[in-house]
Amino acid sequence: MDSFVGVVNYLVFFAITAGIYAVLSLGLNLQWGYTGLFNIGVAGFYALGAYTAALVSGPPPDAWGGRVVGGFELPFLLGVLAAAVVAGLVALLIGLPTLRLRADYLAIATIGIAETIRLVLKNEAWLTNGVWGLQQIPSPLYGLIHRHAMGFLRDRPDLPNWIIQIVSRTYNWFYLLLVSVILFALYTLLKRLAGSPWGRVLKAIREDEDAAAMSGKNVFRFKLQALVLGAMVMGIGGALYAHYVRFISPASFEPLYGTFIVWVMLIIGGTGSNGGAILGAVVVWGIWAATDFITDYLPFTAPQGAALRILVIGVLLEVILVLRPGGLLSPSRRNRRAHPPG
Amino acid sequence: MDALARVPQLIVYGLVSGSILSLGGIGVSLTYSILGFSNFAHGDMMALGAYFALAALSILSGWGLSNRPLGPLSFGPGLLAALLVAVVLTSGSVVLLDRLLYRRLRHAGRITLMISTVGVALGLRNLIQFIWGPQPHYYTTRIQRAVAVPGLGVRIKPDQLFIVAVAVALAVLLHLFLRYTKTGKAMRATSDNPSLARVSGINTERVIVWTWIIGASLAAVAGVLTGIENKFVMPELGWQMLLSIFAAVILGGIGNPYGAIVGGMIVGISEEVSTAFVSTGYKPAVAFGILILMLLVRPSGILGRRE
Repeated sequence: MDSFVGVVNYLVFFAITAGIYAVLSLGLNLQWGYTGLFNIGVAGFYALGAYTAALVSGPPPDAWGGRVVGGFELPFLLGVLAAAVVAGLVALLIGLPTLRLRADYLAIATIGIAETIRLVLKNEAWLTNGVWGLQQIPSPLYGLIHRHAMGFLRDRPDLPNWIIQIVSRTYNWFYLLLVSVILFALYTLLKRLAGSPWGRVLKAIREDEDAAAMSGKNVFRFKLQALVLGAMVMGIGGALYAHYVRFISPASFEPLYGTFIVWVMLIIGGTGSNGGAILGAVVVWGIWAATDFITDYLPFTAPQGAALRILVIGVLLEVILVLRPGGLLSPSRRNRRAHPPG
Repeated sequence: MDALARVPQLIVYGLVSGSILSLGGIGVSLTYSILGFSNFAHGDMMALGAYFALAALSILSGWGLSNRPLGPLSFGPGLLAALLVAVVLTSGSVVLLDRLLYRRLRHAGRITLMISTVGVALGLRNLIQFIWGPQPHYYTTRIQRAVAVPGLGVRIKPDQLFIVAVAVALAVLLHLFLRYTKTGKAMRATSDNPSLARVSGINTERVIVWTWIIGASLAAVAGVLTGIENKFVMPELGWQMLLSIFAAVILGGIGNPYGAIVGGMIVGISEEVSTAFVSTGYKPAVAFGILILMLLVRPSGILGRRE
């Protein structure tokens, strides 16, 4: 029974993390899948969201680490909102100078902003505690739910051990529900946006920018809106992450890895499809978790195992790009472009 | 005043790191102008070169080739031979990568190619980490003393002079190659107008292979020079410079190899001089600041053609 409990608790953890990645993947799908914007700084917006939420909803500075501001202990939803706003504002600043130029420039600028954000998080200890990171970020309603679960167990001391172990982790079930609700809300919203006239303009821009401009659409403004909205969704993902793990540091947001895995999720799931973005997050996170178990059994050191896992994901991406550029959900190989219509 | 007094010395350091950025930037610029996409794996190609040299150095010394310092330098014939081996192996690997991957994606469009280079970047870096581990490795552990340059009040290490000299020599060679050889002319023609080049009978696949060979060779040299300057090599060696390289390339005018040299020097010097005023940790952010400024003022770059 113990291993069964372990599996259940692991699956809950797995689902929460996959859900957070699915939020990021949805944000990227709005930028890349709908509009064709090449953002390779996902990790930067993710980190911004996490830190903003932690500073808005977290505890005031403690004695060490060097932070002197932030920690307003405001409600969870306010923190999430702030995370979205800050990530969106930074995206606006990046989009303004680059979105009139070739796609390469946005790509380079997003690498730059992700790197700059990471440097600020590391160096500006007065705001971020530097490499020490932010701790004791509260999980919403944790006290209430945990108290009730514990009370439930206290009243029934004769329950089998495995039920006790599952009930004592009730909070994770609640957080899974919370992530699922937010994910579903974002999914519905983005799906509606995709079908709206606004969403159709984005797809027109993706397919043929000049034709969209010729039909009188302000291409620059639509691209900017998609970039900002997508970054806001990523900021929400960051906030969900911070409130779940409760401790964040610059090391949690390794620039290329954080960005890259989200890209692989989106491409594997099928670019341009919101359902595909979520499916891809689950599949890739599953592969990622499975390779963790496998490398444990191989005769490699820990850094070697970690490197091997990323290498596997990288090779997987290239294979998908060559063989199934439309992603797993694409019906056939007839569409040789990385983003199929739809 | 104290900070200002350090500026001349920092400019010297900037010339050294600018030389390395220029060599990296030339490759990025050539790939962009001839193949039409930004290669985000270029930094990791540099790291690959640096590690190939590391492996060659130890094999060659096993065969009895000494790495006893040449004159005032901190290294000797062993590393110079290893550098040549690294150039050959890196070029070979990159051409192979083009055959296996990039060629199959060429019809899929520029952005798909860019995505694949991001995958290659991460793949190469983790391949290096898998084989050599995340810890630093050393070409040589000799400490070298900087010597005063008479009359200028600055000091420079002989190794750093070597780095600048190699960069200048390679830039001149590249210029002669592009200007006077048949392949060089074909490359310039392809960069100006790929379709016109093809109908005039230029073998564009051959031009592409040459572009990779030149870009990868310069990347390998830049990687080894970085190892000489830093005194160690790590898997992140190239990725850490990628942003500065792109800033240099855009500053000089993307697609123009001469622009990459000008941009590399400006970015290198700005990054080093900035350390007198802001935390050293912000060097890449300085490059990013220059890049954004340039995009706002003149996106085509100093030597670039307006699109």
